[in-house]
Amino acid sequence: MTTVSGAADAFDAKSLKANKSSSRNLFNIIMTTLAGLCIALALVPLVLVLFYVFVNGANRLDLDLFTQLPPPPGSAGGGISNAISGTIIVVAISTLISVPIGVLCAIWLAEFGGDDTSIDEYVRFGVNMLAGVPSIIAGVFIYGIMVRPGRPGYSALAGGVALAVLMLPTIIRTTDEALKIVPQDIRWASLGVGASKYQTVLKVVLPAAIPSILTGVTLAIARAAGETAPLIFTALFSPFRFSGIDNPIATLAVLVYNFAILPFKPQQELAWAASLILVLLVLITSIIARIATRQKTY
Amino acid sequence: MVDTMPMNGTMTDVVLRAKDCDIYYGAYKAVRDVSIDIPKNKITAFIGPSGCGKSTVLRCFNRLNDLIESFRLKGQMTYHGQDLYASDVDPVEVRRRIGMLFQKPNPFPKTIYDNIAYGPRIKGFKGDLDELVETSLRRAVLWDEVKDKLQESGFSLSGGQQQRLCIARTIAVEPEVVLMDEPCAALDPISTLKIEELMKELVQNYTIIIVTHNMQQATRVADYTAFYNAQVVEGAGGKVGYLAEFNHTETIFSDPEQESTRDYVTGRFG
Ligand SMILES: Nc1ncnc2c1ncn2[C@@H]1O[C@H](COP(=O)(O)OP(=O)(O)OP(=O)(O)O)[C@@H](O)[C@H]1O
Ligand SMILES: [Mg+2]
Repeated sequence: MTTVSGAADAFDAKSLKANKSSSRNLFNIIMTTLAGLCIALALVPLVLVLFYVFVNGANRLDLDLFTQLPPPPGSAGGGISNAISGTIIVVAISTLISVPIGVLCAIWLAEFGGDDTSIDEYVRFGVNMLAGVPSIIAGVFIYGIMVRPGRPGYSALAGGVALAVLMLPTIIRTTDEALKIVPQDIRWASLGVGASKYQTVLKVVLPAAIPSILTGVTLAIARAAGETAPLIFTALFSPFRFSGIDNPIATLAVLVYNFAILPFKPQQELAWAASLILVLLVLITSIIARIATRQKTY
Repeated sequence: MVDTMPMNGTMTDVVLRAKDCDIYYGAYKAVRDVSIDIPKNKITAFIGPSGCGKSTVLRCFNRLNDLIESFRLKGQMTYHGQDLYASDVDPVEVRRRIGMLFQKPNPFPKTIYDNIAYGPRIKGFKGDLDELVETSLRRAVLWDEVKDKLQESGFSLSGGQQQRLCIARTIAVEPEVVLMDEPCAALDPISTLKIEELMKELVQNYTIIIVTHNMQQATRVADYTAFYNAQVVEGAGGKVGYLAEFNHTETIFSDPEQESTRDYVTGRFG
């Protein structure tokens, strides 16, 4: 047994106790504190914005807000029902346009590009460029095509198309990535039981990627819902109820922009309330995105 | 030269035949000069050291290598005398007749039921799907373990169960040939034996090729054994695989022609 006890002695010679003043541990403590401070700093604007919006928006949070139209400038009461439904309609239009195009484009990039990778690269580069285009440019672009004199003019549809331009790159990129994460194995398995390429993509790969794609889509929606600049050029604004997608339409973001700068208290209050609703809508969409991600298949 | 027909005339039909096949990945020649005849309704084992091209040859037989962009085949592969790589051959049709089982279990991210039902549905199966799912699972000796949770995800199973699920999935489409790439690598000895029994049962209707690193497994199940070996190529900067010997399993394991085969099957291989 001598060797064993000998080994134990040698082991005891070095203490395992934590030495708080060692430079390694000090460094640890300093870095942890620094990182903690930075987190706090980063959260300050977020918390303040939310707090501010809630405090100012909450006192107009009543039934009228959701059922009434905006009052004429200067008069009190009324609501923003047309802007709430308008935002939902415009975003729905843009989603209907951008999701099919974006998802199919990504499927082509991720699954069928194959032989000629250079085309893939050009498309991916183009998509990344599009993602960097300022939103106001998207608005001006659609204004040029659909709105300017001689064209159909301001409409919900034009607004939806402008937002779709903004959503497209996000959807293409997230779907492309979601498809690439799906393991190659299951594509082989599917082809191995005699499926064709498109059966494999539609019935195995796409379902596996759906949660991640949904996340991308909801994030794109959340971003689009808050966009103002492109809508000013396209959907414009309307004090009336929805009257068809070929007419101008009220949206929350543009309502905030229009009313916040008016010198009347009731309008400013409505702008705050609209901000609050907008924040809540975005929050809800993000939470849905979160829940969708949690059901990841991979 | 390796004898491509060890059966000395007693052989039944040839299902798959490779003739003077060189297989490349890009400029790299992975396998050279493979000529082999796979007999119908028999189990043929592919053995050999890692990286000698067993999986590569196997995947050529059902054109799964088509999915690897750099892949190139020189030589001829036939299925019942038809050139597998003729320009008018539909790889999807090839894979419907020649099923494949992979080394790593790869269930679909679907329910256990849908994993099995996928292939038949794709083929436009009209009969009783429930029954087909049950028989397939029974044949893969998985039924008793999953019969109460057919609607759960295929991923909820253990690795070995997943592999048996993949076997059930493969046989559900009733291919004529089943290619198995180390199907038991992730299985415990009992499941392995069950799979081997399954193979012996299947081989009455199917033709099976199995890649294995397990010599006992080859001796237990295989009628014929092909020993692949790899050889360092001067200048090419790599090894190239080749078919070293192909014969009845007993011959390969008791009285092989080549020294390297004897060394490999007796475990004295470097
Ligand atoms: N997709 C691929 N692209 C390029 N080279 C490949 C590819 N797959 C295999 N190879 C190469 O081909 C050679 C043979 O590989 P293969 O997978 O066929 O060997 P193996 O005999 O199945 O080995 P193991 O027993 O380890 O599975 C190896 O040198 C490998 O690096
Ligand atoms: Mg292999």
